[in-house]
Amino acid sequence: MLRIQGLKKSFGNVEVLKGVDLELQKGEILVIVGPSGGGKTTLLRSINYLEKCDAGTIAIDGKYLIRDGVYASKGELKEIRRTIGMVFQGFNLFPHMSVIDNIIEAPIRVFGKNRDEALVEAREILRFLGLTDKENSYPFELSGGQKQRVAIGRALALEPKLMCFDEPTSALDPALTDEVAKVIKSLSVKGMSMLIITHDMEFAKKVADRIVSIDKGVIIDEHMYESGTGE
Amino acid sequence: MNGIIGFLEYFKMLMPQVMDGLLVTLQIFGLTLILSIPLGVIIALGRLSKLKVLNVITGAYILIMRGTPLLLQIVFIFFGLPLIGVTLDRLPAALFAFTLNYGAYFAEIFRAGIRSIDIGQYEGAGVLGLSPRDTFFRIIFPQALKRVLPPVGNEVVTLIKDTALVYILGLDELLKIGKIATNRDATLLPLVIIAIVYLALTYVLSEIMTRFEKKYDYYK
Ligand SMILES: Nc1ncnc2c1ncn2[C@@H]1O[C@H](COP(=O)(O)OP(=O)(O)O)[C@@H](O)[C@H]1O
Ligand SMILES: [Mg+2]
Repeated sequence: MLRIQGLKKSFGNVEVLKGVDLELQKGEILVIVGPSGGGKTTLLRSINYLEKCDAGTIAIDGKYLIRDGVYASKGELKEIRRTIGMVFQGFNLFPHMSVIDNIIEAPIRVFGKNRDEALVEAREILRFLGLTDKENSYPFELSGGQKQRVAIGRALALEPKLMCFDEPTSALDPALTDEVAKVIKSLSVKGMSMLIITHDMEFAKKVADRIVSIDKGVIIDEHMYESGTGE
Repeated sequence: MNGIIGFLEYFKMLMPQVMDGLLVTLQIFGLTLILSIPLGVIIALGRLSKLKVLNVITGAYILIMRGTPLLLQIVFIFFGLPLIGVTLDRLPAALFAFTLNYGAYFAEIFRAGIRSIDIGQYEGAGVLGLSPRDTFFRIIFPQALKRVLPPVGNEVVTLIKDTALVYILGLDELLKIGKIATNRDATLLPLVIIAIVYLALTYVLSEIMTRFEKKYDYYK
């Protein structure tokens, strides 16, 4: 589903990713843990083409985003990005749009769906996320957990094959982490692959099929957490 | 008592002329707004563009327009352009000068407004696959619009007062009507009357701008 090989990325002369290798199967929930500044966010952003890497390969569902340091064409990039959903740490919801408008924006503008069709699907997503009564609310009226679910819903509307989460528990009440874990698990049951980065070891154990650890720009150990040094 | 009645009588007598002047003033005001706001958006995009050429050109434009008096610009366009073979009537010349000048001020306001939108909004739109065009017009610009409303409101109120500058071209707007009546009737009352008209105009415009701002209060 996702294959990363020898991925390198520098900011100026600081090398943040020093040859990352990673594989993710269809329907798998992979959690990447690691200390702050270890390069977790940079890796996730690279997969979403929000950062440009210097070397290496990223393949998503058999299509190369970057192959041995060479990026795909503009058109291919667009196609590939459609297959990935991203839930940002700060959510990046559109504050001037209601919850439902946040969700239907991309289906209408990107997939060319008509409004009615998009609305039906968006309401389905809201029901799944338990947000039916928030359809017409604006982001500023929502709690952190609700905002996160809208962000998940917005990404889901594009029916991605891979969903990425940056620190999904950072804005949440500890009591709410179980709920996110539940949502993430139910999505993977549907065959969606999940890539989650966090420094919250408890949450990682709760949600993951597999945990790897990243530090100083390389994946260091596949079972780091079992020896208790993951956090 | 007599004074007030006399004032009211005089006011009534002068009314038709004041109305004519008001019409010209509003015409310059309205047309300038309609033309200079889109111009301001375009210049702002030039300022924000990655293309160095566009940056330099729009930067120089803004520097000149904001760095010299509007009155001087009006005089230049009406009296100066004929020297290089471009002759404009008084009203088009006034509109041209006002649009160029206000376009520069609006450009700076819009530039700051667009720049103030968080990069996360671009990235959120990017991962959803929105085109750069949709990202700008659907996500960035509407949010920038809310933020620029207060400074745009200031400019709008300033513009209605600045229209008095076209007096230099002899257009029959409010100020000229007042000045003529003052000379003709040997009284300062006409100037008091047009001052009241300006005051009423700026009050109404401020109220309208406040309404606009309230309309955007639906989100934070
Ligand atoms: N845009 C950037 N410019 C320069 N340095 C950056 C930038 N983004 C991240 N970094 C640096 O890269 C390193 C890894 O950051 P990040 O990927 O955010 O780590 P994590 O998410 O694991 O905390 C840090 O040292 C950070 O300072
Ligand atoms: Mg991070």
